[in-house]
Amino acid sequence: MSQLIVSPSPHIHSKDSTRSLMLDVVIALVPAVLCSFVFYGWREMLVMAVSIASCVLLEWAITKYLLKKPSTIGDLSAVITGILLALNVPYTTPWWVIVIGAVVAIGVAKMTFGGLGQNIWNPALVGRVFLLVSFPTYMTTWSQPQGLFGADAVTGATPLGAIQEGLMQGATVQDIMAEHGYSYSQMLFANLGGSAGEVCALALLAGFVYLCIRKVIKPWITLSILCTVALTSLIFWGINPARFTDPLFNLLTGGLILGACFMATDYVTSPMSTWGGVVFGVGIGLLTVFIRYFGSYPEGVSFAILIMNSLVPLINMGFKQKKFGRK
Amino acid sequence: MGKRTFSIGGVHPHDNKISRECRIEPLPLASTVYISVAQHIGAPAVPVVAVGDKVKVGQVIAEPGGFVSAFIHSSVSGTVKSVGPRADLAGRPSVHIEIAVEGDEWLEGIDTSDTLVTEIPSDNKAILDKIRLGGVVGLGGATFPTHVKLSPPPGSKCERVIINGCECEPYLTSDFRTLLEKGEQVVVGAAILKQVMGGVPCTIAIEENKPEAIAHIREVIGKLGYSGIEVMEMKMMYPQGGEKQLIDAVMGRQVGSGALPISVGAVVQNVATALAVYDAVQKNKPIVDNSVTVTGECFPHQANLLVRVGTPLRYILDYLGGIPEEAAKVISGGPMMGRAVANLDAATVKGTGALLLLTEKQTRRAPESNCIRCGKCADACPMGLEPFLLNKLARAKDWDAMEQQAVQDCIECGCCLYSCPAQIPLLDNIRIGKGIVLGNIRARAAAAKAAAEAAKASADAKK
Repeated sequence: MSQLIVSPSPHIHSKDSTRSLMLDVVIALVPAVLCSFVFYGWREMLVMAVSIASCVLLEWAITKYLLKKPSTIGDLSAVITGILLALNVPYTTPWWVIVIGAVVAIGVAKMTFGGLGQNIWNPALVGRVFLLVSFPTYMTTWSQPQGLFGADAVTGATPLGAIQEGLMQGATVQDIMAEHGYSYSQMLFANLGGSAGEVCALALLAGFVYLCIRKVIKPWITLSILCTVALTSLIFWGINPARFTDPLFNLLTGGLILGACFMATDYVTSPMSTWGGVVFGVGIGLLTVFIRYFGSYPEGVSFAILIMNSLVPLINMGFKQKKFGRK
Repeated sequence: MGKRTFSIGGVHPHDNKISRECRIEPLPLASTVYISVAQHIGAPAVPVVAVGDKVKVGQVIAEPGGFVSAFIHSSVSGTVKSVGPRADLAGRPSVHIEIAVEGDEWLEGIDTSDTLVTEIPSDNKAILDKIRLGGVVGLGGATFPTHVKLSPPPGSKCERVIINGCECEPYLTSDFRTLLEKGEQVVVGAAILKQVMGGVPCTIAIEENKPEAIAHIREVIGKLGYSGIEVMEMKMMYPQGGEKQLIDAVMGRQVGSGALPISVGAVVQNVATALAVYDAVQKNKPIVDNSVTVTGECFPHQANLLVRVGTPLRYILDYLGGIPEEAAKVISGGPMMGRAVANLDAATVKGTGALLLLTEKQTRRAPESNCIRCGKCADACPMGLEPFLLNKLARAKDWDAMEQQAVQDCIECGCCLYSCPAQIPLLDNIRIGKGIVLGNIRARAAAAKAAAEAAKASADAKK
């Protein structure tokens, strides 16, 4: 002891840091990433590597050369954006399309607003939606999972896309499902065609449970999304099962679980309070179902989350914790 | 019934009670003590001794300087060497009475034996007077004069006395040891407080991490045959020992902003205060000493010491082997709310409950990064405030908005800063705003009072 440190209380700190929380999210994503590798093989690994590398490098370059500030890549949030972006695109996406997605995600959606914590929209989703709108061909040519050492891709439509197309041609939901031979157990363990992150619901749910146990996130946003989607689709399906898909189908397809567990729960772009989170989740659930049933895109989760992201400041103002001893 | 705790927020730091097996042992007397006249909330006491006076242990050396103030007694026998300013633990000067220790002669009439006196005097006024003359102040941290707290304003009614044995701060064990070693005295003290408040029920609240104390106090209550005193086992949660939080946990009632506990019918006293009440009423012994936990992982000799008021901190640490090389911070109190010591030559006061030594690694704050809006600070705040928002407002110096956001309710427990993953100095900034807002509120009240008086004076003049 040479000189005493004198500073205000508290004198100790919890073990949580931004980096440790983000590391937990990365760990939670590992099962889904491994599943995507197993189902899609080396091309998915390439997509993942390009996505993570371009996100991290871009953030590093922007902080160093444009903002001239200390690098923030150590907080690992760019790694998460990279993983999520990779899980949100088909494994057949060319590398340069992914780089453009990373530029939009990190450059436009995150760093332009001031970096982690300042962005309004989930960066990975902004990148994904930008690619969906700009490169619809690459982004909607889905391929059936061929496995780690599989042969060339067999292209096909995602279940949601197939249903949308079938309905437009006047078929009933039951006919389309039977024609494509979709089964729920197949969706739960290894999905049919879709972006990488949609492939294994169980792996994603395992990651979600891990995050809840580690108290990184609270389950309310995710649960309210899933419950809203289930209930709303139950009502429509109950009224007309030939026109509307059933609740279980809606829960297991189209990246709903990826979105509900990992995108909607992003700290920065979700409400602070528990009840605000529930309202946010219900909004995402309703928008998702309505876009799927009545919109021109077969898939609704990304848009639903981005729309609700925009409302977060308002939700935060409306839903506050009750103050102690005050009305 | 599940274990109870308060309803909003709270954090769960590791309790680190590494000194829990250390019995309370008396610290040998220092050669000189320095007794502050400002050891309590309220007006400082006024010295009534002069240089050269001979004093005995328990003799009054300073008298209350106002209604909210307290008697100060000599903690040693000896000669008054000086009366004047001396640096306190923050290094700020305040009036101390320096006494050179000679022997250990107690004032006549003080019962220094260990005999337990269970017969409680029937005259409540006399009891209150003894508490006042004994210089008893709240030893849980606030050091509010106890006799004032026990004299509720007219119209208010006490419904329950709560004895606070939570000791929710990590590391601290002096209340725990007091419950184990002086349980009888604490329970008699509780019975006295219960009688003074009109025989209302009394709850001794102890957190679940102290099962031995819970079992012991239950046994003591049974043995002494008191009815209406119960032990409540509390869930472990910081800051349960906060007065408002404890009332919420025990009674399910929330004290309003700016209101006193008595407004919801509660009177809360700390375990050490209950012991001091016992000493003052049953043994005529004023507060001259108190138990101090000396602890820290880097410290080789964990201890609970019975320390005379006014003992220099350096003397205590030297007695236990000195400050280890790796210790970087000495804290008076616990790690969440204690104050960092700037001056080791400062002396203990009645409210000194612990000396905690932390290494630089344990106490270093990581560099601040962007707020990631995780909401952990708002989840942790036991007052239901939004620390992230108050922090922004404080940085913008928007004091009026801070007042609207109830910064004046902040109890400075530190939960927000403790839980912030971005290491934003939330409480540091909030404290600054709180100080200014409280000043504004006081200034407004004073201005309103002055205006009312002026209006009254002009109305009187017109008559």
